[in-house]
Amino acid sequence: MSSIIQVKNLSKQFNDIQAVNELSFTVEEGDVYGFLGQNGAGKSTTIRMLLTLIKPTAGDISIFGKSLSNYRQEILKQVGAVIEKPDLYKYLSAFDNLAIFAKMSGMKPNRALLLDQLKMVGLEERAFSKVKTFSQGMKQRLGIAVALVHNPQLIILDEPTNGLDPQGIADMRNLILHLSRQLGKTIVVSSHLLSEIELVANRMLIIHKGKKIVEGDVAALLDPSKSLVQIETDNNVMAREKLGLTKWAPLIQDNALCLQLKMNKEAVPQLITDLVSLQVQLLSVNPMHSLEDYFLSLTTQAGHVESFTN
Amino acid sequence: MWNLLQIELFKIFKKPRTYLAFAIIAAFIFLIQLGLLVNGKDWMKFMLGSLDETMNIDYNKLVNGYAVCYFVLNLLLVHVPILVALVAGDVVSGEASMGTLRLLAAKPVSRTQIILAKYFATAVYVFALLLWIAIISLVVSLAVFGKNDLVVAKTNGLQLIESGDVLWRYFFAFGFAFIAMMVVAAISLLLSVLSENSIGPIVATVGIIIVCTLISEMEIPLYQKYIKPYLFTTYMLGWKGFFYIGSTDDGETIKGSIQYLPGILKSMAALLIYIVALVSASVFIFRKKDILS
Repeated sequence: MSSIIQVKNLSKQFNDIQAVNELSFTVEEGDVYGFLGQNGAGKSTTIRMLLTLIKPTAGDISIFGKSLSNYRQEILKQVGAVIEKPDLYKYLSAFDNLAIFAKMSGMKPNRALLLDQLKMVGLEERAFSKVKTFSQGMKQRLGIAVALVHNPQLIILDEPTNGLDPQGIADMRNLILHLSRQLGKTIVVSSHLLSEIELVANRMLIIHKGKKIVEGDVAALLDPSKSLVQIETDNNVMAREKLGLTKWAPLIQDNALCLQLKMNKEAVPQLITDLVSLQVQLLSVNPMHSLEDYFLSLTTQAGHVESFTN
Repeated sequence: MWNLLQIELFKIFKKPRTYLAFAIIAAFIFLIQLGLLVNGKDWMKFMLGSLDETMNIDYNKLVNGYAVCYFVLNLLLVHVPILVALVAGDVVSGEASMGTLRLLAAKPVSRTQIILAKYFATAVYVFALLLWIAIISLVVSLAVFGKNDLVVAKTNGLQLIESGDVLWRYFFAFGFAFIAMMVVAAISLLLSVLSENSIGPIVATVGIIIVCTLISEMEIPLYQKYIKPYLFTTYMLGWKGFFYIGSTDDGETIKGSIQYLPGILKSMAALLIYIVALVSASVFIFRKKDILS
């Protein structure tokens, strides 16, 4: 397996704002690479640098083993992208939009190929309707068709589920999985909807304020042995004091807002037994195992990062 | 490049806004032609003032297709820049506001090619617009009003150009007007590269033309000496020079001659320099630009 994208110490500064700060990551061939972060974290700026829309202030980007700055056109022939909203020429038909971007990607598209592409995204019956008559979901599907029309090896999807209804989100998820598993494409998908990424990505990077928080296999990052367990009681301060005098003391996390322990999830029943014996009135014990909890935990309490990754 | 140019032309000519200019021009010219068909003689009398007291003038001959076209061009070519700006000001900023610019710029074509393709496509639009004006104002006028000698007003009097000596002058006048309009297109392109919405560059282009024209027209020595020579508007009306015929020392007009040819060539060169400078600046800025739209 070879690296498709290698980013080293990438930075971008807009006046006083450091949008991306010495970001490094690698995307391997065949990955569905989740690029996660809250709004304004620097995801779109990074993706735009991968697509040469924004010039980096510092750092290097290699795609397919070649420097992006030196081999821009050669590289972009093998890249398809949906960048944020699927904005297309509203006064043109879906067919015309697809034809324009196919030609710009260096293809000589024929009618049958374009109609096939529209059929793949379920727009064959609206092929000659103007885009201004399309719903958001239809525009998104046309955007996908535009990104895929030249059969690229690398597909970059920036917030592809934005504005979609639940069915549209499910369709998008299925499409990503189809492209990855059946067609062997390498996919970078950014989102702030972590539950969506969790379902499609095999590797992920979390970015916060332009800096890498963590990068790795989704499965490894969801390792239950590194779960945070959040405890809610009628008096968290008292509960913390009582637990601090027991064997659980080293596992208590430094968090003023709630009581959290970093622990193996299998030990939760014993913890509950001990809390009851300490006469703590328990309201809930919540093992934070989903990627979304993990992400929220990291981005709202950056201090916990080291304890999770080391 | 040819591929990109085809795409840009397709986009321009698929936009309903593009045809607005053609419709406005047609309506304007037809109104003038109708007016002159009904009251042409009165108009010519007004133009010539008290000259018919000293000369025997056949007004029916003077109100002909060439004269109508000359009148139309005098009125219209001042306003065509607005119609050019309507399309040229939108070519980059319109894509930015629509969100398609990021798709274009992420494709395997250079940004220089994108800008040049857009400018050349605008050139085709301008050419089509002037051809449309030529067809309606010249061909239709000749068909309706007939062909005869052309009377042209100059600062030192009137000048008669024989009918057989007129057509080629229109050909070159339209050619010159094309270059002048391409300067307007280049200004719009530069403003379009700098902007993220369509209206700004269109309004700004029109504003620049109005201000520069006013300064060019002001008889203030400071402006005349130090500013006017550098304004593109100073050279834009050079097409009229093709209708100023040369004459002998005895005052006899010389058929097929142009009175101020070096001046016309100088104006043309100045306009071409403007085009090169403005398009180069557009390319330079667009290549450096971060596309955030």
